Amino acid sequence: MDQKHDAPQVDAVTGYSTTGHEWDGIRELNAPLPRWWLGVFYACILWSIGYWIVYPAWPLLTDTTKGVIGYASRSEISVEMAQLKAQRAAQATGMADATPAQIKADPTLFQIAMAQGKAAFGDNCAACHGVGGVGAKGYPNLNDDDWLWGGSPAAIQQTIRHGIRVAGDNDTRVSQMPAFGRDGVLKREETVAVASHVRELAGLPTEPKADLVLGRKVFADNCAACHGAAGKGNQELGAPNLTDAISLYGMDMASLTETIANSRNGVMPGWAGRLDETTIKALTVYVHSLGGGQ
Amino acid sequence: MSAAGADPDDIPLFAASRKVYPQSVSGPFRRAKWLILFLCLGIYYLLPFLRWDRGPYLPNQAVLADIANNRFYFFFIEIWPQEVYYFTGLLILASFILFLMNAVAGRVWCGYLCPQTVWTDLFLAVERVFEGDRRERMRRDAEPWGFDTLWRKGAKHAVWLVIAWWTGGAWVLYFADAPTLVRELATFTAPLSAYVWIAILTFTTYALAGIMREQVCKYMCPWPRIQAALTDDEALNVTYRYDRGEPRVSVKQAAKLRAEGAPAGDCIDCFQCAAVCPTGIDIRDGAQVDCIQCGLCIDACDNVMTKIGRPTRLIAYDTEGNIQRRLAGLAAIYRLVRLRTLAYAALIVIVGGAMLWQLATRSTAAISVLHERSPLFVTLSDGSIRNAYAVRLLNKRPEHRPFALTVSGLPGIRIESVGVAPSADLRPVVTVDPDSSREVRVLVTVPAGVPLSPSQAITITASDLFAGETVRADDHFMAPGGQL
Repeated sequence: MDQKHDAPQVDAVTGYSTTGHEWDGIRELNAPLPRWWLGVFYACILWSIGYWIVYPAWPLLTDTTKGVIGYASRSEISVEMAQLKAQRAAQATGMADATPAQIKADPTLFQIAMAQGKAAFGDNCAACHGVGGVGAKGYPNLNDDDWLWGGSPAAIQQTIRHGIRVAGDNDTRVSQMPAFGRDGVLKREETVAVASHVRELAGLPTEPKADLVLGRKVFADNCAACHGAAGKGNQELGAPNLTDAISLYGMDMASLTETIANSRNGVMPGWAGRLDETTIKALTVYVHSLGGGQ
Repeated sequence: MSAAGADPDDIPLFAASRKVYPQSVSGPFRRAKWLILFLCLGIYYLLPFLRWDRGPYLPNQAVLADIANNRFYFFFIEIWPQEVYYFTGLLILASFILFLMNAVAGRVWCGYLCPQTVWTDLFLAVERVFEGDRRERMRRDAEPWGFDTLWRKGAKHAVWLVIAWWTGGAWVLYFADAPTLVRELATFTAPLSAYVWIAILTFTTYALAGIMREQVCKYMCPWPRIQAALTDDEALNVTYRYDRGEPRVSVKQAAKLRAEGAPAGDCIDCFQCAAVCPTGIDIRDGAQVDCIQCGLCIDACDNVMTKIGRPTRLIAYDTEGNIQRRLAGLAAIYRLVRLRTLAYAALIVIVGGAMLWQLATRSTAAISVLHERSPLFVTLSDGSIRNAYAVRLLNKRPEHRPFALTVSGLPGIRIESVGVAPSADLRPVVTVDPDSSREVRVLVTVPAGVPLSPSQAITITASDLFAGETVRADDHFMAPGGQL
């Protein structure tokens, strides 16, 4: 662009003088701004200097300038977190005095317990049971209505407190299914036969060559004491119902023979010493409300 | 302005602003402006105290922006945050009304309705009470300040600050229960933010209406620039009819010229139009961006024309086109009904009608359903399949409302809700508090034996047990079997 400096002249149409700048014949009119406008501009610069002094502003090599009032968004968070904790403490007293059943009946407490329980579940339980208690092979799905040790609030609370097969805890849940194959109680063909019978109990198809007569006899002799003659299980002993549509380790022949031969002894830690009673109560309400609570 | 031939680098690009001393004037336009001023300020200052009965659960203030509870109340209308599009509609409506006013009669907004104009008018009136009219104010400012000038200026600023403080005080009343907040403000127990906002608005009102005045319109407001691009040849504007006014001669000279049969204009060059102008311009220079078109120069000129026995409305709402027509010996044409004004009016009717229709037919309940993702489905011990959903119910009425939940779409499908007692017919009944929402965990179960694909459509319905209003949401029921 061709810029020239001319002597300023008065523009005939508007009566404004020109600035003397010219681009290809186009001249710029000088319509002066009021001086206070310039003043506002300088005032903004002064304001920014004040801002540098008061607030954190300039980056240094490893740090920044702090500002005289010591403002930090981090300290604002700390204040808010402290307020939140104080609020939670007030709610916790309400939770501490209530039973899980009472909490479920009180909409406010129920809401708090669900929120707190969901967070605590994600932190402590989801590693094995999965997000939302979805479960996996060997780790029970907590959304369904099949419970090894009972699905009442009291039973769930007891399980969370003391865990499953926790060494040194007298109140822990213990069931000890023998490793029938490894310990030499059952022979290979007996193991396969009783596995076929378990499939028969569950209403699943069995192989034509399966020796179901032997299987029934082995089951009655070795398994019925805990699982019941019809395989319906016993929550007092932690013996699973073998006839329903849910299984923890799988109902295919390979999984069943491995379960019978080597046994399964899943372990869940007890949380009584690690989580406070209110959190355990919230977890109880949460797990009980996932859908399978009894 | 620089004289021709000066050094280009020495041109001042900034100029000291010239203080404007508007003279008082009387006439129909001034009376209209007083009326509008009292009306607007009356509404602004008193509206927060107007009550509106909304029952025991909601505030009874007619106009209230309840920021803490995310509600906006305007008489019979209550707006939730997700209905903020009503404000968008209102803004669209406001701009079309502004365009229509502009297409009919220029800057009606600037001259009569803009808060900047209304408050500046009020502040000028206060200034006149203490410091006198134009000539007296100019004399006071020109000579050294004595005690008389000092106390008068002091008193003026004090009254300005009181009005400004009251302006800020009324503003905060729109955001909390007005009588309660007034009591809290008087006893210094109001929240800090109330005092801060009053201070901010006191400052802006004092600065904008007292100090800045016409500078706001000239240099800060974008509307004059937009308006200049929106106007057309047919829009009425405050216009000096130079076809009648020129050549400017004195009364005596005019009488002499007319007696000789020579042309003489009606303008006697008395500068009354410029003296009363609140932005300090001369309307006789033609249409200009600094003119807010308040019509006060019309009043001033009419008074003069009446005194000298000439017809009034030498300055009037007119168009440049009509001046040219009269100069050519033709009759003036006023075309207020034309494509542009009709189009703006039609748009106002369409947008306003759409908003009214939306407002009149809007539902006072709503449902939203979110499928639980972990797990997508659960197999129960009897082989039935269950899905979980987070269902949120909205109750926009000021009363408790029980909603019965039902589900449809698959044979034998049933619904239950965690922590919610079912009714006698086994429908879970979720009671939602007045003017609030509630989320519940809903379990939907399909019995074993029903053939299911990985995903099938279902509908969850919530029916108000009393009012009968029904809302429904479509979602999916997931089941094992194949890839999802």
